[in-house]
Amino acid sequence: MNRGMLKFAAVALALSWMGLAIAAPDVGQAQKQGINIHAIVMFFIFVMATLGITYWAAKRTKTASDYYSAGGGITGTQNGLAIAGDYMSAATLLGLTSLTYFQGFDGYIYCICFYVGWPFIMFIMAERLRNLGKFTFADITSYRLDQRQVRTIAAIGSLTVVVFYLIAQMVGAGQLIKLLFGLDYWLAVVIVGVLMVVYVTFGGMIATTWVQIIKACLLLGGGTAVMLLAFSQFGFNFETLATQAVANSKKGLALMGPGSLLADPITAVSLSLGLMFGTAGLPHILMRFFTVPNAKEARKSVFVATLCVGFFFTVVALMGLAAITIVGTNPQYFEGGELGGKLIGGGNMPAMHLAHAVGGNLLLGFLSAVAFATILAVVAGLALAGASAISHDIYANVIMKGKATEADEVRVSKRSSLFLGVLAVLLGIAFEKQNVAFLVGLAFGVAASCNFPVLILSMYWKGLTTRGAIWGSIAGLVSAVLIVVLSKAVWVVVLGNKEPIFPYEQPAIFSMPIAFFMAWLGSVTDKSARAAKEIEAFEDQYVRAQTGFGAAGAAAH
Amino acid sequence: MSTAVYERIRNNPKFDELVAKRSRFAWTLTAVVLGIYFIFIMVVAFNPKLLATPIWEGGTASIAWPIGAGMILLFWLLTGLYIRRANSEFDDINAEIIKGAIE
Repeated sequence: MNRGMLKFAAVALALSWMGLAIAAPDVGQAQKQGINIHAIVMFFIFVMATLGITYWAAKRTKTASDYYSAGGGITGTQNGLAIAGDYMSAATLLGLTSLTYFQGFDGYIYCICFYVGWPFIMFIMAERLRNLGKFTFADITSYRLDQRQVRTIAAIGSLTVVVFYLIAQMVGAGQLIKLLFGLDYWLAVVIVGVLMVVYVTFGGMIATTWVQIIKACLLLGGGTAVMLLAFSQFGFNFETLATQAVANSKKGLALMGPGSLLADPITAVSLSLGLMFGTAGLPHILMRFFTVPNAKEARKSVFVATLCVGFFFTVVALMGLAAITIVGTNPQYFEGGELGGKLIGGGNMPAMHLAHAVGGNLLLGFLSAVAFATILAVVAGLALAGASAISHDIYANVIMKGKATEADEVRVSKRSSLFLGVLAVLLGIAFEKQNVAFLVGLAFGVAASCNFPVLILSMYWKGLTTRGAIWGSIAGLVSAVLIVVLSKAVWVVVLGNKEPIFPYEQPAIFSMPIAFFMAWLGSVTDKSARAAKEIEAFEDQYVRAQTGFGAAGAAAH
Repeated sequence: MSTAVYERIRNNPKFDELVAKRSRFAWTLTAVVLGIYFIFIMVVAFNPKLLATPIWEGGTASIAWPIGAGMILLFWLLTGLYIRRANSEFDDINAEIIKGAIE
């Protein structure tokens, strides 16, 4: 423990020195861009506060349960904020504001698609997840099935989602920080990678949870402040806001209804399926359900998370609409001062420019720091989920067949998070010049097609057998990845071919039914003795899922 | 965990009652949410003009926005409705069943 603390202190010291070193030469550039000093100071405060929390959390992290699930000691409200923190990424703030800025109501449709997974999780999944799970969602899928096979495939599914999502976040972080703070791309990626590893390795789930909570509050507060200041310029009158937006946008009245983005019904439905069920298959979100003590707190978490996410999406949409008038008519935000030309910093910047327009450098600096903090928190959650899949599923249950000691398991997890950190930094740098928008779609597609079908079937369908689970997972994984690779986003944009082989970019409407069908087929044709036993074991699992009796953590009292 | 306890819980008629009540409630709410949501997506895909209708005669702001915000609010309220019943009625029956099984 002492050695761990020493190591921790050394890293914290090195980091704070790094922070100073970074802040110092940056002032010159900051003056050139006129934005950075506020952002850097505020971000520095955030990093110091979160490192302090990590230090405190490291002292409280003693067992594997502390490390993976904060000992089940997070309250429903705290966990709800943390879930919302996991879910509201920088892409939500910047991307969805920008989408509303350029496309009007289409942006809000995206928000609604992202949102609607939450009530579903509440009604169908939250309690059962809590009652059956322990550290990872593979605990649930492998509950009555073959531990080694099912955990292996679940870990592959988790890691695929985590790595795709991590790369997307890393590249986003690099670009964003380069833009907002004036740092080199590689340096930004390295800082994010190092901090992520520090949070996860030393503080485990406790630190990760509190980083998420702080970040969620900052993001909600910052977004709301910008929205209120912007909305006040229209006298808090939505009709005025809409009229001026329509008058000041190239799209005109088209802003007020669904546009071209979802014109094709297959894409619209497929996107919404992917976002909705993808949410319910993201390993870092699922893991959060194991941090609360019982089903009651799990329900409360979803209630709070749903409120935060829904509220934030509405704030973001209003920001986008207000930015059309406030940013769109101010030449200082356009390259060469040319209205309607290219926005300074690119298409993702309306939220940031809006913050500057309504609150000056201080608010811009604050929102920039929040965006950076947001990325950090999201990658920390991802890294913990990925490291748990490696240590708890692959190492402890597949390689050691459940005979690993807790200490060994946690040690492997910490090394895995270091490995994932290095991998994320290297891939982040390698993908610098790539368009990574497809990676988030891919992550959701794999989550919806590989993780979700088997997870939901394992909880609801008695007939699921190991063979069915394996077939379903592989079919979902392969079909989702293939469809994205053969679609325009990768085949044309990334690989430079002329025509996409597959006409649709959203895989879910195809890959989800394939996964469900293969899981069903693999199960009903499985007549082995093992399958019969697995089906029989559903009874006990069913009682536990319904009542929570025997659930991890709840057994203590 | 002991299979015997699970067996006793399973054989308690209250268990079936709890499962039936809770499932019916949860699936009804799910159906409401998914139904409204997919109707919305279908309108977006097949009749987008409908959503662009102004709220006020001669105004600009369309009904799409309040409908969107209304959906978000309604779905959240439905999760609240579920919690209200789950935390009182369902949890009470649940506690009773477990108490009966371990004694």
